[in-house]
Amino acid sequence: MARARSTPRLVPAVVAVALAATACGSTDTPTGSNADAGITIFNTEPENPLVPGNTTEVGGSRVLDPLFTGLVEYRARDAQPVNAMAESIDTTDSKTFTVKIKKDWLFHDGSPVTAKSFVDAWNWTAYGPNGTQGASFFSQIEGYDAVHPKDPDGPDKPQAPPAPTAETMSGLAIVDDHTFTITLSEPFAVFPVTIGYEVFAPLPEVFFKDRAAFEGHPIGNGPFKFVSRTVGTDIKLTRNDDYKGDDKPKFKDLTLKVYQSRESAYADLVANNLDFMEELPPNALAGRQYETDLGDRVVQRETLNNQTIAFPFYLPPYDNVDLRRAISMAINREEITERIFEGTRKPADGWVHPLMKGYRPGQCGEYCTFDPDKAKAALAKSGYTGEIVLLSNTDGGHQEWAEAVVNSIKNTLGVQARFVPSTSFGEFRQKVNAHEMTGMYRAGWVADYPSIENWLTPLFRTGASSNDGLYSNPAFDAKLAEADKATSEDEAIELYLEAERIMAPDLPSIPLWTQNTIAGRSDRLKVANLDPFRTLDLFSVEVA
Amino acid sequence: MTDQLATTLVAERPRGLFGDAWHALRRRPLFWVSVSLIGLVLLMAAFPGLFSSADPNAADLSRSRGAPSARAWFGYDNQGYDVYARVVHGARASIVVGLLSTLGVVLVGATIGMLAGFYGGRLDAVVSRIADVFVGVPFVLGAIVILTTLNAGGDAGPARIVAQVVLSISVLSWPVAMRIMRSTAIAAKQQDYVKAARALGASSRRIIGKHLLPNCVAPVLVYSTIALGAFIGAEATLSYLGIGLRQPVVSWGVMINSAKDYLRVAPHALLFPAGFLTATVLAFVMLGDAVREALDPKLR
Amino acid sequence: MGRYVLRRLLQMVPVFVGTTFLIYVLVWAVPGDPFEGKCGERDCPASYITMMRERFNLDDPLLLQYWKYLVNLLQGDFGVTSSGVQVVDRIAATFPVTLRLALVALLVEAVIGITAGVVSGLRDRGFLDSLVLVSTLFLISIPVFVTGYAVQLVFGLQLGWIAPTVTTPTFGNLIVPGFVLASLSMAYVARLSRASIAENRRADYVRTALAKGLPTRRIVGVHLLRNSLIPVITFLGTDLGAFLGGAIVTEGIFNVPGVGGLVFRSILTKDGAMVTGVVTVLVLVYLLMTLLVDLLYAVLDPRIRYD
Repeated sequence: MARARSTPRLVPAVVAVALAATACGSTDTPTGSNADAGITIFNTEPENPLVPGNTTEVGGSRVLDPLFTGLVEYRARDAQPVNAMAESIDTTDSKTFTVKIKKDWLFHDGSPVTAKSFVDAWNWTAYGPNGTQGASFFSQIEGYDAVHPKDPDGPDKPQAPPAPTAETMSGLAIVDDHTFTITLSEPFAVFPVTIGYEVFAPLPEVFFKDRAAFEGHPIGNGPFKFVSRTVGTDIKLTRNDDYKGDDKPKFKDLTLKVYQSRESAYADLVANNLDFMEELPPNALAGRQYETDLGDRVVQRETLNNQTIAFPFYLPPYDNVDLRRAISMAINREEITERIFEGTRKPADGWVHPLMKGYRPGQCGEYCTFDPDKAKAALAKSGYTGEIVLLSNTDGGHQEWAEAVVNSIKNTLGVQARFVPSTSFGEFRQKVNAHEMTGMYRAGWVADYPSIENWLTPLFRTGASSNDGLYSNPAFDAKLAEADKATSEDEAIELYLEAERIMAPDLPSIPLWTQNTIAGRSDRLKVANLDPFRTLDLFSVEVA
Repeated sequence: MTDQLATTLVAERPRGLFGDAWHALRRRPLFWVSVSLIGLVLLMAAFPGLFSSADPNAADLSRSRGAPSARAWFGYDNQGYDVYARVVHGARASIVVGLLSTLGVVLVGATIGMLAGFYGGRLDAVVSRIADVFVGVPFVLGAIVILTTLNAGGDAGPARIVAQVVLSISVLSWPVAMRIMRSTAIAAKQQDYVKAARALGASSRRIIGKHLLPNCVAPVLVYSTIALGAFIGAEATLSYLGIGLRQPVVSWGVMINSAKDYLRVAPHALLFPAGFLTATVLAFVMLGDAVREALDPKLR
Repeated sequence: MGRYVLRRLLQMVPVFVGTTFLIYVLVWAVPGDPFEGKCGERDCPASYITMMRERFNLDDPLLLQYWKYLVNLLQGDFGVTSSGVQVVDRIAATFPVTLRLALVALLVEAVIGITAGVVSGLRDRGFLDSLVLVSTLFLISIPVFVTGYAVQLVFGLQLGWIAPTVTTPTFGNLIVPGFVLASLSMAYVARLSRASIAENRRADYVRTALAKGLPTRRIVGVHLLRNSLIPVITFLGTDLGAFLGGAIVTEGIFNVPGVGGLVFRSILTKDGAMVTGVVTVLVLVYLLMTLLVDLLYAVLDPRIRYD
């Protein structure tokens, strides 16, 4: 279910902030905002075909997000889910959900968006032989195993996976044109919050007729429609004037320009050749250079992602709890966030993100506080004297802090510590997945959906999808199970927090810091805000 | 120095090609400049302790990006490493990569080139085509492909990291040495003294060893001096791209790679390794230049 | 001549096969799965990997994989990347940009390099000669990425004279990257023409022309330059081939949307189909360039005959 990237990624976000309508039809008004203007924003080359269910990577998401509107979207203000295409999502038992969708919505080709558009799209994405990247997002729906059987010997072994016994998931049923039901295999109270991700977007009829044509010219139901794509250069979108959502974009054309490096994009931003980029490159952050370069064009906000160091519990000595504590207490988070990140990171004091509803400060307690004496004492207790190794990929700007963390550990504990870089994210990820890490390693997390549960279950529950370090604590698992079945949201939050406290002394991973993202806009944009998912909130944009 | 001793001895007799060249070299100031620069760098690589007592791997964030001062002549970099200590200790990796690559390229390239030039025929055709395969791939591109493949191994020790870079440089550069050797061997083969030796019944091994080799050394020597400089530069380029040398190895390229983002706030962290790199490459190129001029009377 | 060309073309076949095979093996036969990391920080669904492995024939023996690739290649099919993009489209979009950059660089290196070389070669050991010698030594010694960053920083960001990156790759916008790319070869061209001029100045035909009482301008312009520049021109030809494949660093610094950037990103994201496709094209270009240079040599220098 969970995902996070070394690079910032986009999750659907539609703002619900009421804005004074600035209806300026004229092309060039010096004072008011220019509703017919076009803007150019930073992007990377999409790595997958432009189909919502088949893209879990940021370059593609930045394109697909404005093109599609799902049942639920997350507010740019506070990341809380609000109904978008859904009229209502009702349940009595947290197992079967009845979804009513809004009427009169159209795809960009004029065909209506119906319950079938959703059910067909979900079934297509989940169907094993289609080989989509987003398939596993549907694994909680009843009948998933029948359409997506497990490969008995792994994908790179000769034996082919068994053929699916069904083409559609039994958990999805169309009631009428605008109603369908979702049945899960297990009760899951947070489910409606999770479906704001674009993998759950509807697909028009034409997709199923001619997939190749669709990939060349995606047709969605979102606030923007597809115009053209020059692979390697840019993708052009334009405002969908028939958009039925509550908010309308206040500019017309959106160009997503492909850059080979953040550094060159930043140079363009400074020169006002680029209108917006989230996450400035390290050379801009160094010494707060961006403040001199951009002045009041700096855009920043706290975003929903954190950085941790994960432990391979399958590899001694990292299964030694005292060693983990010693390492955590030996890291001077304050100094590193100040010196290396120039204050763009905030030291973390727990695993749940501070922006999350229900967050409680200090859940990690003394174990996440820099304390050389206690760290040394814990190291002595652990009895370990060998070398400590930290692994990370370096293609996402991780080299600097990883080196600083290692130096902090080395200087505080007086043991040998070594940073082992790997050049590509893919290579690094592959070793993480295969449980072949030779030391502790970098782990980042971007919220899939804004729920406290998302910061615990997928990462630390026994056997969970992103529990790559193989941590297991029965008491913690039991508390999570209890929380999943809670009847009210408040009760659930309380139980999840208890679970966090149960796991804290084990230190299954070391929380390092959360991010205060620094973005930049051009002079042309009067307003441009970041949403909590580290992307431009398109609805906030006003062009001068 | 032993060189000097050799020349005084040689001076008694009529000078050969190398004696002649040495005679010419001695009068060139550029030669002495480059030799002393190279000597200094070699000394640094061999005994870094003579130049700096600081630990190149001791980082302290509190002194991050400190400007050059009496305590740290070249200042501190972003991590709080002493730039001077790292420049001194970084010489070793850069020099080792340069030397080993040159050695590999010259040994492999020259041997193959000599054999191909001497025997000619089918051997020559096959070897030349194989060389074409490696020359056809652009250098940086080829090195990136080879290194990403080798890097996939993951956690590697310093020796392995250096070996990978040496290997990729050698694999992509040996054809150049091979071609130089091949053409000189072909030219030398047609000289009268070789024909005479053959007529007298000398074996191929003897002809190659006694007659061809001494006469083919000069161009290869010139090439290898310049190549040594070029390989040090190539190592820096690959390290700059993030795929050459890397932690825990310290080299000038690694230093430039980690300092490039901070060029505007801590320029000293980039300028000093870049300066040493440029000066070292320059020294080898100058030396090669001087040696070539000395060996080639036409250029004098 | 015709037979010579034919023989050279035949010799290219094994080189071409060898190079593409080498790259193919390096790219695809890497331990581990090339499709991991395509799904963010979590496992790719097994079904996705199965499908991708099938699409790229990864379950076949290596030689068979390569054979299938080669057969497609010969039919003009460069394949599709894992993102569903036609490799040939990308090459068609990026190659002209790189070609343009290479031509700009070639022009820069030819004009400046030859001028500097000729001027210094004509004067013996003067100030100008020393200046050219020393500055070329420096140019040869500074790595391209240092030059590139320095130019971008000083002229682009601090002085604001030029756009720091190339937005649209027109000839005008490519002048600065062209300069950076050409800087090293410019130095070589200058030294080569200097040496060649200096050598030919003492040649008999120059002496004869002098003795005949021809004006100096005619001697230099017609006799000396024409003969001295033959090796320079062939060097320029080979260099064009090298520019077309070796602009990875320069293109990266200035965000030029050319082949170099394409192939570098493809290597990092393990986009095997793209890497093999681009390298194949580059190798072809290089091989044809060398052939062209050899033929050019014969055309320029009537003493050389191929048979």
